[in-house]
Amino acid sequence: MTIASLIATPSELTDAASNKTAIVLMTRIRLARNLAGRPFSGWATPAQRAKIAETCSAAVAAALPIKRNLSVSVSELGELEKQILVERHLISRELSGSKQGSAVIISKDQTVSVMVNEEDHLRIQVLRAGFQLKKSWNIINDLDTSLESSLDFAFSPTLGYLTACPTNLGTGMRASAMMHLPALVIASQMEKVVRAVNQLGMVVRGLFGEGSDASGSIFQISNQTTLGESEEAILKRLTSVLQSIIEHELNAREKLLEADAGKLFDKVGRAFGILQNSHLLNSSEAMNLLSLIRLGIDLGAFPDANRSTIDRLFIEAQPGHLQHAQKGEFDPGQRDLLRAAHLRSEFANFVRPDFSLINSEMN
Amino acid sequence: MANPLKCDLCDKPATVHLTQIVSSKVHKVDLCEACAQAKGVTDPSGFSLSDLLLKASLTPESSSGALRCESCGYTQLDFKKHGRFGCPACYDTFKGMLDPMLDGMHKGITHSGKVPQTALARKFLHEKLSKLELDLTDAIKSERYEEAARTRDEISQVKQAANQPPPR
Repeated sequence: MTIASLIATPSELTDAASNKTAIVLMTRIRLARNLAGRPFSGWATPAQRAKIAETCSAAVAAALPIKRNLSVSVSELGELEKQILVERHLISRELSGSKQGSAVIISKDQTVSVMVNEEDHLRIQVLRAGFQLKKSWNIINDLDTSLESSLDFAFSPTLGYLTACPTNLGTGMRASAMMHLPALVIASQMEKVVRAVNQLGMVVRGLFGEGSDASGSIFQISNQTTLGESEEAILKRLTSVLQSIIEHELNAREKLLEADAGKLFDKVGRAFGILQNSHLLNSSEAMNLLSLIRLGIDLGAFPDANRSTIDRLFIEAQPGHLQHAQKGEFDPGQRDLLRAAHLRSEFANFVRPDFSLINSEMN
Repeated sequence: MANPLKCDLCDKPATVHLTQIVSSKVHKVDLCEACAQAKGVTDPSGFSLSDLLLKASLTPESSSGALRCESCGYTQLDFKKHGRFGCPACYDTFKGMLDPMLDGMHKGITHSGKVPQTALARKFLHEKLSKLELDLTDAIKSERYEEAARTRDEISQVKQAANQPPPR
């Protein structure tokens, strides 16, 4: 499989949205693994990195056959292609900027990706639309076990899987959920949520944009610690934190409707108007507008079926996807024009919002 | 005292007994004459080096920046600079510095998650096999043929087990 055909293939993230994915857009688990007796990728010489890549890629190819999946070294990828893979969460920014000897293997349905010679020799990732921690764990656990049949991982009975950074030690597992929390943002409760979640040993980050900028009210919640607890215990803890955040978001939505439904409808209605008519949209504004439409869908002002369109547009509004679709490289000003044009055409045929369908009794 | 102590490094009777107290932990080493010589235990100047290394790994403050991973050449300074280790063996080299760090960093300091069963079983079998093969050569050399035959049977059994598909 080639990178071009992978990019053209619908991804798990953009096309699997349903009402089950209303608040948790996506679940992701990654495992960090290293080969025993070899230097970690960042400290290895180019020759050692090449050898590590060869060993790892061969083992991964047994689990994800090259013919039916994408297997490519990072140096073969163009800048735009790398950016697209980053925007789809299939590779990390770190891998996209890495030296010779790094590679990635991505399954055709884009639910599994394995990065080779990122910070660790292997970064195995499983990504599923919606709230699917258990299923994701089962998939990644099986994949890890199958890799173990041909690879000797660096492992200590007391410290667990040994990783380049001690913050990943033990299980080497980072599990995360991408959550859409517009009502908590509108009600200015996110700061409180972040503090509470931190105290429970989880980390909250804004997902799009630079650093912790949370445009689109989309946040990523993940476990902070990896040692001293089993994978199941970490996932259980994360699950209960996520469930409680979902509950808070639903409560906040109900309160917004109760307190001033008109104000909320105005926000959604204006977002719709701007998306249909604007000519300049930067990525952050586009994300925020799409987020409001998505909230409108959750509330019932638009048909449920439109949710997957919004999730697709979240990705297509990103700079890499936008430029790839237009087959060129454009400066940010030009991109804002192109982004607005793309969203205008998408929203030209979008069903108009019907706020009479919303009752304040939400499920 | 029917069983005389054996050397920690080989199986000969130990004649040199060394007790060290480092950071209120008692370390006992029993060595035979030859190994004691080889390890420089009887040479005070040679021994002070390993003593120093042992201490350094337990009390990092005393030798800040001086620690170096034998396996990959990574130094404590490198770790301070990058916040990453050089290789898996660094976790042993820099243990003294790491342990207090882990305490604040994680939920616990002992792994209680997944264990790579297949890989560990493979490693175990491999080590067992090398030991048995050593025993076999030894037995043949000293003309203990009955024992050699037994060891040979055991080797073929272990090999058979190793060739079987790993349990899933």
